[in-house]
Amino acid sequence: MSSFLQFLFKGISVGSLYALIALGYTMVYGILQFINFAHSDVFMLGAFFSYRLAVKLDWLTPSPIQATALLLMAMAMCAITGFLIERLAYRPLRHAPRLNVLITAIGVSLFIENTGQLIFGKNVIGVRSLPQLPEHVFHIAGIPVRAVEVIAVVTAVALMIGLQALVFGTKIGRGMRAVAIDHNIAGLMGIPVDRIISFTFIIGSALAAAAGLLVALTYGQIKQPADASWVLYGLKAFVAAVIGGIGNLPGAMLGGLLLGLSEQFVAGYLSTTFRDAIAFGLLILILLVRPSGLLGKRVVEKV
Amino acid sequence: MALLEVKDLDIHYGAIHALKGVSISVEEGQIVTLVGSNGAGKTTTLRALSGLVGASRGDITFAGKSIRGKKPHEIVRVGIAHSPEGRGIFASLTVRDNLELGAYSRNDKAGIASDIERSFSRFPILKEREKQAAGTLSGGEQQMLAVARALMARPKLLLLDEPSLGLAPQIVHAIFRIIREINAEGMTILLVEQNAHMALSIANHGYVLETGQIKMSDDAKKLAASDEVRKAYLGG
Ligand SMILES: Nc1ncnc2c1ncn2[C@@H]1O[C@H](COP(=O)(O)OP(=O)(O)O)[C@@H](O)[C@H]1O
Ligand SMILES: [Mg+2]
Repeated sequence: MSSFLQFLFKGISVGSLYALIALGYTMVYGILQFINFAHSDVFMLGAFFSYRLAVKLDWLTPSPIQATALLLMAMAMCAITGFLIERLAYRPLRHAPRLNVLITAIGVSLFIENTGQLIFGKNVIGVRSLPQLPEHVFHIAGIPVRAVEVIAVVTAVALMIGLQALVFGTKIGRGMRAVAIDHNIAGLMGIPVDRIISFTFIIGSALAAAAGLLVALTYGQIKQPADASWVLYGLKAFVAAVIGGIGNLPGAMLGGLLLGLSEQFVAGYLSTTFRDAIAFGLLILILLVRPSGLLGKRVVEKV
Repeated sequence: MALLEVKDLDIHYGAIHALKGVSISVEEGQIVTLVGSNGAGKTTTLRALSGLVGASRGDITFAGKSIRGKKPHEIVRVGIAHSPEGRGIFASLTVRDNLELGAYSRNDKAGIASDIERSFSRFPILKEREKQAAGTLSGGEQQMLAVARALMARPKLLLLDEPSLGLAPQIVHAIFRIIREINAEGMTILLVEQNAHMALSIANHGYVLETGQIKMSDDAKKLAASDEVRKAYLGG
């Protein structure tokens, strides 16, 4: 029983991180019907930006306020990065064939990884040089849970509630939903479509930045920018978005959680060797049983 | 000077030359109609006015200023609202969301709220369906929503693309009565229709478009009575 709860808590914490990243994939897909391959690189940058900021500001053992400030600054930097990616690389191809955009996205991804190596180096940044959170351990239902994991879940949930309020409770959110349905009709409503698309990249990238910081804290290390683990993490988050129904926000959250939990339970009860295969097993299953995803209505295809 | 002035407009879709030197003008306070058979270029003309397609030649002047090359959302801001062919309702959003989206270019919250109430009193069925997904409305109700939504922008000129499309005759009559009412309240309207009979019966002025060119331009009553129009568009 106690191991069950342990897997449950761990699954929720990893799952909420997948969900944060999945939201960026799903928002961009919802609005442009294309998979932003550079999204996992923005996520990676979130980890490096926050680490570099912590070093620069000498906040390696940050107070809660400093930690929040680091998070917000990293989110802002990644938001700018996401804005620039869309503006410089994708917007000129708005009316180009989809394959061109896809190849460009892969190019952007390689560019960020290589530039990242130049700037941040090729070494793993270890736990001791990371911003140190108090290694406090909570007890939830008698199970010890690390503080970072609680913080990760709380932060992720808070951001997701904020996103939900933005998309479903504000004028700009209504504009986003309209653009996701039809760019032309949205334009006829007086909605500045290009500005909404920029905004979507800004929000998705900011969420990915938060995930980058939280992942670094959770695992206690930051792998070098071109390390395959970033892409794998991003790919899993993308799978989570597809499982939930790509283009659907609650779907991305549900998919992330489901994936995180399945991984932990399979790794816990069966074998850790299967852990990374779970995502792709679930993907195949969902594509066979319900190709539009758990909460998706529209047909997945187009790429 | 006319509210809307289109001069020598040429539109291409790749190699397809959809409009060839189209000139039309719309006087303030009037209903002007553009009739013609399927594929003549009526929708293309309205899409050009709204900035959804770019012109390769010609000019579009609205209230004395050129609007050619402006983006769709900028054109809404200068005062042109467009209810598109096929109605363009956001089916998965509620009726109220659709109306609010029509007012996206505005920031006067109180004015928007009172205009929504006005839509509801003009179209009581929309009030009943306020919180329903717009896709659950009937065709006629969706057309009413499309018109109400376009009016939410408080335009000076209303573009209507085939409001009668796919509707039963009774509903078509109701829609046309509403169009006339809106015009009587002072709205200038450019109405595109395949149903030339109905359109010419409520319009002040009419244009006949054929394969991308204006073939006739005259007082709507005279057009409706002319042999050519009756043969080609009014079934004899
Ligand atoms: N998106 C498009 N791409 C290519 N050709 C188009 C497109 N839209 C319309 N056309 C062509 O332009 C011409 C005019 O079409 P349209 O303006 O829709 O006519 P109407 O509204 O009078 O039926 C037609 O020959 C049509 O096939
Ligand atoms: Mg048409």
